Amino acid sequence: MNKNLTCIECPKSCELIVDIENCRVVKVSGNQCKAGESYCLAEIENPMRVLTSAVLGEGLALKMIPVRTDRPLPKAKLLEAMAEIKKIRINKPVKPGDVIVNNFLGLGVDLIATRECL
Amino acid sequence: MLEKDLVIVGGGPAGMAAAISAYENGVSDILLLERDQYLGGILNQCVHTSFGISYFKEVLTGPEYSGRFINKVKAIDKIEISLKSFAVNLTKDKILTFIKPGLIQKLKAKALIMATGARERTREMLHIPGARPAGIFSAGLAQKLINIEGLLPGKEVVIAGSGDIGLIMARRFVLEGAKVKAVIEIQKQARGLVRNVVQCVEDFEIPFYLQHKISRIYGKNRVERIDVARVDENFQEIAGTKFQLECDTLLISVGLIPENELIEMAQAKMDKKTNTPVSNELNKTSIAGLFVCGNAFRIYDLVDSVTKDSVLAGRQAAEYLIRGSGRTIPAGLK
Ligand code: SF4
Repeated sequence: MNKNLTCIECPKSCELIVDIENCRVVKVSGNQCKAGESYCLAEIENPMRVLTSAVLGEGLALKMIPVRTDRPLPKAKLLEAMAEIKKIRINKPVKPGDVIVNNFLGLGVDLIATRECL
Repeated sequence: MLEKDLVIVGGGPAGMAAAISAYENGVSDILLLERDQYLGGILNQCVHTSFGISYFKEVLTGPEYSGRFINKVKAIDKIEISLKSFAVNLTKDKILTFIKPGLIQKLKAKALIMATGARERTREMLHIPGARPAGIFSAGLAQKLINIEGLLPGKEVVIAGSGDIGLIMARRFVLEGAKVKAVIEIQKQARGLVRNVVQCVEDFEIPFYLQHKISRIYGKNRVERIDVARVDENFQEIAGTKFQLECDTLLISVGLIPENELIEMAQAKMDKKTNTPVSNELNKTSIAGLFVCGNAFRIYDLVDSVTKDSVLAGRQAAEYLIRGSGRTIPAGLK
């Protein structure tokens, strides 16, 4: 079976053709680099996304401090992760890369700040 | 009158890259004006990823991308940063006036780089008939409200146009718990990048109507509903295709217009259709020593390309200043 996918790993947005047999990716074409291949594997077998959002600051220069997960998490967990992000408050100065939550939701990814806030 | 070798208007990615590059090419008297209280420009509110892939070979969010330049600019003592500083007038002799709290400052710049970015097209440019209630926002304004102010502008959202900011905001609203009822695009294909259609619209099963337009807005105080209709090749409504969507919020995402009022004031030659300087070379205007870079020069898809071209603007300004001082241009300008 062939499936068409658009690679989202970079702005080139390559149109990929994925050959799938028994729920497994056997061949990828249309990609201009290796990342397209691994994107297809993940997209068919377990789609993953990096989550970006903003967390409420308390007593800091910025009201909202932007955050992201340091690695992708399963797409199906995005809304659950957002519900958790809403509960978090940041009350100490942070720099980009500072860990806000370790092992976020037990998913093996860290939630990190993306902007300096003093 | 106060004199400066180089004044840069705008502390976003274009202005910061130009300032750093001018310094690295030997300019040592630089003033960088930013109207906001922080450097970084529009990137501060672009909390999503996909910046930096070509320039840094890394996938970064907007604040991470701009943060790297902010740190660099702040570390160079030859670049004087003036925040909350809004340029209000420019003459063809490069006399610039700006205001900041408690001060009106007029100065003469030997060279100027305008990195003033762009603003969003508005509902008025779409000519949608109907009421004028509250609840109609440009996509970038909604982005600022959510990501900077921490306010959710609406619960049931329709997005008119499919520019990248609109697509990104479709996802952002869903993640914030709002319902996005539709993205409506008059053209046959999305205006924004395909990857944004995939990860922002398709990922959340948001209905995406191509070749459709919003034909009327209803609502007394707040938007209540809209009419949507299919259009033909000439963008005319096809009879019998109209349907209604209830919503409390309408986002407009139909592209950007370069912001160039200052160089127009200075009587630089302008292309009125695109609101950009008439120029036969990247970053140049009809006035010697007056440069424009970033989205003010032309609308870019990627900030990485803005950085690259703005680095050139910094070098062009350095060359202009060196020539003006009668020195020969040293080999190996960066
Ligand atoms: S296949 Fe490679 S080049 Fe093509 S979109 Fe994906 S990451 Fe970019």
